[in-house]
Amino acid sequence: MTSQNYGSKRIVVGAHYGLRDWLSQRVTAALMALFTLLLLAQLIFGGPLGYERWAAIFSTQWMKLLTFVVIVSLAYHAWVGMRDIWMDYIKPVGVRLVLQVLTLVWLVGNAGWAVQVLWRL
Amino acid sequence: MADSSTARARPVFRNIHVTQIVGYRLPLAGIVSILHRVSGFLMFLLLPFVIWLFDVSLSSEISYERFTSAFVAGLWVFPGWFVKLVALALIWAYLHHLIAGLRHLWMDARHAVSKEFGKSSALFTLVVSVSLTALLGAKLFGAF
Repeated sequence: MTSQNYGSKRIVVGAHYGLRDWLSQRVTAALMALFTLLLLAQLIFGGPLGYERWAAIFSTQWMKLLTFVVIVSLAYHAWVGMRDIWMDYIKPVGVRLVLQVLTLVWLVGNAGWAVQVLWRL
Repeated sequence: MADSSTARARPVFRNIHVTQIVGYRLPLAGIVSILHRVSGFLMFLLLPFVIWLFDVSLSSEISYERFTSAFVAGLWVFPGWFVKLVALALIWAYLHHLIAGLRHLWMDARHAVSKEFGKSSALFTLVVSVSLTALLGAKLFGAF
């Protein structure tokens, strides 16, 4: 008996870490790319650039919210990428675990700092 | 099979050791791929610098002065030209990572996985990211 193990009949096993990471990395990437376009558009159109206009861009509530979404996206995106790097190059499990923990601390810490800066503007 | 005995033995790489990296000739897509990783790692390491720039450039007009003077008078123990160089490294990393990432999204969405597309899009990624970096670098270092 031959069972078809591809296409719609493919037997899917495992915990789906791969698909979830792949998808979340792409969704967060698309969000950051769109934010880049939005920020560039605001920088290019609107006259001479100085503190006043730069600060005005981030003064609106909707821009603060979008920036917050991007900060969280970046942290998640970087976590997936850094985890890939450690999994590829660092073989001893203990060393890898330590690096992964440090990566999480680094990302959460930086994200917290960025959010603090953002919401005291 | 006449040629196989006379042809020079081709190097075989299985698990690439660090010492073999220099001798391993990557195709363009491979160069884009490893630079995608390198640029991501670089931005990960420089996150505090980016947030510091975000902070001082936005918080107040006084801190904005510190932001602009970092690129002239320097920052902490680093001279101004070095701060500019780090900023340029970040500019390159961002551009490369963005374009190489869009290349991935395009490949996923369009099932564009042919060898030819891999090569031509890799060339596009390298040319656009390096030219834009050169352009912005010239601006940053005051060429125009």
